[in-house]
Amino acid sequence: MRILDFLRARPKNTANIARERLRIIVAQERATRGGPDYLPLLRGELLAVIRKYVNVDPDAVQVNVERDGEHEVLELSVALPEGPVKAAGGA
Amino acid sequence: MTEIIVVTSGKGGVGKTTSSASLATGLARRGYKVAVIDFDVGLRNLDLIMGCERRVVYDFVNVIHNEATLKQALIRDKRFDNLYVLAASQTRDKDALTQEGVGRVLDELAADGFDFVICDSPAGIEKGAHLAMYFADRAVVVVNPEVSSVRDSDRILGLLSSKTRRAERGDGPMKQHLLLTRYNPVRVEAGEMMSVKDVEEILGIPVLGVIPESEQVLAASNSGVPVIHDAGSIAGQAYADSVARLDGDDVELRFIDAPKKGFFKRMFGT
Repeated sequence: MRILDFLRARPKNTANIARERLRIIVAQERATRGGPDYLPLLRGELLAVIRKYVNVDPDAVQVNVERDGEHEVLELSVALPEGPVKAAGGA
Repeated sequence: MTEIIVVTSGKGGVGKTTSSASLATGLARRGYKVAVIDFDVGLRNLDLIMGCERRVVYDFVNVIHNEATLKQALIRDKRFDNLYVLAASQTRDKDALTQEGVGRVLDELAADGFDFVICDSPAGIEKGAHLAMYFADRAVVVVNPEVSSVRDSDRILGLLSSKTRRAERGDGPMKQHLLLTRYNPVRVEAGEMMSVKDVEEILGIPVLGVIPESEQVLAASNSGVPVIHDAGSIAGQAYADSVARLDGDDVELRFIDAPKKGFFKRMFGT
């Protein structure tokens, strides 16, 4: 309603940006919480091994521990790049 | 039955000690026998906020190490004789606290007929913070509407549900309350600050209270009188409302909307 509003640049709604960033990071951190401490290390080493053979993205390897009734299941998933698979760097 | 409430946050400087002082004072004003304990060993401050810094002779660590009795170390509040402060040690480090010792002090307070024990947690997630939350029945998580505070609080929520006696015993989830401090409704309305609803949704715990940003909070800590005593300040009133909710009353949130602007201001801005 302010008649002078058009004269100044409207500041961005940074509260919305904060909310969206937090939603993502909090969901991500909650997903990894409670898992064994070795998971990030395991994930890093697996990634290094896979990358010796296939050139995958750093976030292509997912390691999760899921509870299935009485026992826990270590779940690994590796997303391979699209297109013909090429060996990485001739290593 | 003694109820142990931890006031925690993860991040420093969000208002844990200010909140502990006002919640403890408010519960005492409602007639309960209350002890408030400073777990920030090495960086004691609760005594300053409560205005009893010159009456500290023995502290929490002295009691834990059997250098003083609990009776000697508890400092009676100037205004309410059913409110006591247990100061942290200035000279020892955080390793001076032990789980066994903290448990023993809490048991003794329970045997003395205390209704509430408020544990004022240090910042961080190390030993002092861990021991402040370990024996708690309920948690008040103090949050500023700001990204790092919200994220750290979520980390604390994770610890509350895994690293406490309740969690270890499988006694079911601890009751957790969100206390939003330094809230500025004008900035929320302008889209510069996350709203109560935003923070509540991200963290997923119910709101105990919203304390508006207020000059009276600094004035209160300057003079060593918990801000809840200042009935004329909106922060004091908001703390009183929070205490009522903590005690089970159904009180509507206040001071969360920006004041309505008059016709002149709406036309010409501020």
